[in-house]
Amino acid sequence: MNDAFVLLLAAFTGYEIISRVPALLHTPLMSGTNFIHGIILVGSLLLFFTAQGSTAQVLAWIGIVLASANVVGGFVTTERMLALFRSGRQEEAHDD
Amino acid sequence: MIEGGLVADLIACALLIGGVKAMSHPRHARRGIFIAGVGMLVAILGNAIFGPTVTGMRAALALAAIALGGGLAWYESRRVAMTAMPQMVALFNGLGGGAAALIVVTRLFEPGRPAGPFLVLGCLALAIGGLSFGGSGVALIKLAGRWSKPLRFRFQNGVHAVLVLVILGLGTGLLLHVGPRSGFVVLLAILSVLLGVGAAAPIGGADMPVVISLYNALTGVAVGVDGLMLGNPALIVAGTVVGASGILLTRLMARAMNRSLGQVLFAHFGEVSGVDGSGSGTFKEMDLADAAVTLAYARRVRVVPGYGLATAQAQHKLAELTELLRQRNVEVRFAIHPVAGRMPGHMNVLLAEAGVPYDLVQDLEEANPEFPQIDVALVIGANDVVNPGARNNPSSPLYGMPVLDADRARRTLVIKRGRGTGFAGVENPLFSAESTYLLYGDAKAVLGQLVGAVKSL
Repeated sequence: MNDAFVLLLAAFTGYEIISRVPALLHTPLMSGTNFIHGIILVGSLLLFFTAQGSTAQVLAWIGIVLASANVVGGFVTTERMLALFRSGRQEEAHDD
Repeated sequence: MIEGGLVADLIACALLIGGVKAMSHPRHARRGIFIAGVGMLVAILGNAIFGPTVTGMRAALALAAIALGGGLAWYESRRVAMTAMPQMVALFNGLGGGAAALIVVTRLFEPGRPAGPFLVLGCLALAIGGLSFGGSGVALIKLAGRWSKPLRFRFQNGVHAVLVLVILGLGTGLLLHVGPRSGFVVLLAILSVLLGVGAAAPIGGADMPVVISLYNALTGVAVGVDGLMLGNPALIVAGTVVGASGILLTRLMARAMNRSLGQVLFAHFGEVSGVDGSGSGTFKEMDLADAAVTLAYARRVRVVPGYGLATAQAQHKLAELTELLRQRNVEVRFAIHPVAGRMPGHMNVLLAEAGVPYDLVQDLEEANPEFPQIDVALVIGANDVVNPGARNNPSSPLYGMPVLDADRARRTLVIKRGRGTGFAGVENPLFSAESTYLLYGDAKAVLGQLVGAVKSL
């Protein structure tokens, strides 16, 4: 039941943090939150470590593959996009 | 296992949320993703170290799985073009949803499976994860341009409703221990994926920004519900944060297109064939030399890019033209519609890649009040997002959608591929307006010629 309170607070937190992100960054942001839900990898690993039957082990193993792709891909694409954003003012400041 | 793992989860959650928070400004956004990355590492290592003890064999197999999935994703995401980023987001989102669904399937196959409320949560996570997996797959194919015609048939919503009922029935059956358990679980998974495919199939390209946000939210929710089922706080917090933020983004996108989520999902664009006749005036063309002079001797220029700019790969030429004009002391800014591109904010990424500083970019609220004082609005490959009919013609299918007021500039130049209408198939009175001049041709070629013409002035 405690978990339900955690969920409630997390929901409002998520809504609040994102509401301050400018439209400029919506794509990297979505890609970034995409990376965050890669946390599912933790769950896939735990299940793989505790799975007993062979079917369950195979399924959990596939889950790890998918979740790792989610984590790594989400991180790399987000980082690549964010590296592109440059301020004109900063460049001018460097030139002076 | 409890204490160390929980401390790691707590640190991880703080870093993940702090990372997303840091992503709210372009100045420190890149730091944000690194902070979140550290958080992810803490969560994974913490749970591995303080988690259940495993044999070396199983640890090695887990590492192999991480290397396989992570390696493929690394290879693919390093080399993919920025124009294809929406596909990548759909892909990794679908994989996350698939992993979330697989966790539940694994759990339900095992002895000591969840019962009561935990079983309800499991079925919920399985259905949402499967839905997201199937829907993201369709979104991926559509965004890649391999599925251009939306699939529509009669009683489509009815078929989906039946699918939902069967899924609910299977869940109830599992809860009441009726019928073969593994069969029900597998069927539940398959039907959820099918529902995801079915729900995304009829949705047209113009609605993709909304859909991709929605599936992003769904995967987050599935991960959060998985966390509830497993009693893992890191999954609950991270998943729910993503779910809530995805819902917010979906609402923002839907508002930017003047469509409710229900309209996107159940009443599909294109069913209203909107030829309203108001755009059938005469089109005036302007030759390149005149256009170059108009731009070079303007004081204030606003560029309105649409997805046509990206399909023509013309961002770099546009950046070059911008630089030239700015050297001539022309004030150039970019006015970006929230749904320009294939996903929210996509155009901003493409401009950033071409080297346009983000300070030059305005969103709709900043740009519109300025248009009456703007000498030249340069519209490139955009159509519906600059349609004044959305503002003043109640019979237009776009009526009520927020648009960029490019028609209010003193003069409007439009670079346009052909005489066709936009995604929504709606005529655009801007193109035949008194102050509008058209430059026909491929955006990249026209911009290249404009660069040459401005240079030679």
